[in-house]
Amino acid sequence: MAVSISILILFLIVYLGATFYVAYLGYRKNSQTEGYMLAGRGVHPAVMALSYGAAFISTSAIIGFGGMAASLGMGLLWLVFMNIFFGIFIAFVVFGPRTRRMGLNLGAITYPEFIGKRFQSKFIQAFSGLLIGVFMPLYASSVIIGAGRFLETTLGLNYNIALIIFTIIIASYVIKGGLLSVMYVDAMQAVLMLFGMGFLLIYTYSMLGGVTGAHQALTDMANLVPPALAAQGHQGWTSMPSFGSPIWWTMVSTIIMGVGIGVLAQPQLAVRFMTVKDDRSLKRAVAVGGPFLLMMVGVAYAIGALSNVYFYKTMGIISLQAVPDGNTDLIMPAFLNHAMPEMFVMLFMLCLLSAAMSTAAAQFHTMGTAIGYDVYQQTIMKGKSKATVHVTKIGIAFTILAAVILAYILPGSIIARATAMFMGLCTSAFLPLFIGALFWKRTTKAGATASLVIGSLSSLFWLVFVHAKEAVPLKICMAIFGKETLLAGTWPLVDPILIATPLSLIALVAVSLMTPQLSPEFLKKVFRFRFEDEDEENSEKVSSNATDSAGV
Amino acid sequence: MFGIDDPFIWLAYLASILSALGCLVYGAYHWRGGDEEQTVKSSVKKKVTQDQ
Repeated sequence: MAVSISILILFLIVYLGATFYVAYLGYRKNSQTEGYMLAGRGVHPAVMALSYGAAFISTSAIIGFGGMAASLGMGLLWLVFMNIFFGIFIAFVVFGPRTRRMGLNLGAITYPEFIGKRFQSKFIQAFSGLLIGVFMPLYASSVIIGAGRFLETTLGLNYNIALIIFTIIIASYVIKGGLLSVMYVDAMQAVLMLFGMGFLLIYTYSMLGGVTGAHQALTDMANLVPPALAAQGHQGWTSMPSFGSPIWWTMVSTIIMGVGIGVLAQPQLAVRFMTVKDDRSLKRAVAVGGPFLLMMVGVAYAIGALSNVYFYKTMGIISLQAVPDGNTDLIMPAFLNHAMPEMFVMLFMLCLLSAAMSTAAAQFHTMGTAIGYDVYQQTIMKGKSKATVHVTKIGIAFTILAAVILAYILPGSIIARATAMFMGLCTSAFLPLFIGALFWKRTTKAGATASLVIGSLSSLFWLVFVHAKEAVPLKICMAIFGKETLLAGTWPLVDPILIATPLSLIALVAVSLMTPQLSPEFLKKVFRFRFEDEDEENSEKVSSNATDSAGV
Repeated sequence: MFGIDDPFIWLAYLASILSALGCLVYGAYHWRGGDEEQTVKSSVKKKVTQDQ
């Protein structure tokens, strides 16, 4: 990007200085295991909401999906609604309070431990810890690759060095400071992102003739849709794709359903519900979380689509023609460079760096605790090792290393699909189980286990053998069966989430109804309502009781 | 509406903004009502303790 390197480096130094200072503030407050793993369960609602939002929104949500909106149009705005309604409102008001209370009742400090203890199953804790520890590095590698490429293009750094520097900076405060440092830094970065996206929104609309004027100009460009896209169902940037067409399927199944609902079962997000002190904090956090997501994804998708108007007015071409090989990932950077003032481009770079850092930090902490705490300390060592924080730190370092290695060895086509793959896998494996854990007392240990195993295996099967976007580049189906996908027709377009999640749900209900319920005393303890000010004193007692009953 | 002809698109545009506004109002309501709610809960707790 054509910006003054010296000014940008100055911006970066100030930014990193602020990052480490804020991380240090979080570190100073951390002293015990709960502090390291759950930020001490007393985080301010606004910090929690901003941290949740910043961890949720990665660079790819802004650059990748913004570029996709430039290509496919404003139909993606349904995803914004889904993100706000499910990702914030339902998550914070319906899922959050129960997760927080149950987490305290069970004495759980990680997501795998939460569902493991809820169903008195060490297997569930270990299996979900492994699932996160094995597949999340893939998702994390896509984020650090994005950041590495970003630093390469903006600062002219060598890509390999950029990737290592980025990882070391985040790893240092995640490992040293724990979740409170991560959340404080997230919140600071979220504020920066708000400024960046706010400016982008106002500047673009005023440049293109106001809200209605800009949209009308985009509507009038429907005849400029490339024939190849029109043949796949594209009907213009302010129209939904034709029903049942390939673009419709991509938009509806993968993007809207996959990423929209998938967020409810993301371990790195769900664990944040347990960081606040009471239910009211979660309800208050909604006030910050909803508008924050609108300003992130809403602005990115609207502006992404409107970039077509800008390029058409100034260069007589659509966005896809303004970048090499029609690469949608390059549309937002190209638009920013062409249309925005230079100082803003620099501010926006920090905004993007923030998005990448906050997502990566959340991933590093979650996958590290899954491997270090849930798999090693709780399963392999059977909880005997006392050095919980120390072991978790080693787990974090280990999984970060795995993500970096994956970033170097895996082909770009797989990495590019990693976000959707991980979100889909989490939804199928965890969502029915999580809903059962929170809302259906009849869910049994066997039902939960069946749901977890069937959801994850069927999702992986569909990814590897049927869903064309992963099955074709993975080449495993080709190697075994001699064809790119096992099924033909529309099936290879259908996202794994639409197949595996119903299967997982059916397994949960059917097996639960056939097996004996958990003991009423245990359920009473798990579901009991707590008064906020009793939390601390009861936490210790419940924690020891829950440990006694776990592993049955 | 808003220069967009397809109702499925302007509905998405409107739904996104309204849902964010709804979140703002909901959160603000609980922010303001917080102390009141806390007082009620404390008094309920006190009563429970007395009953025991």
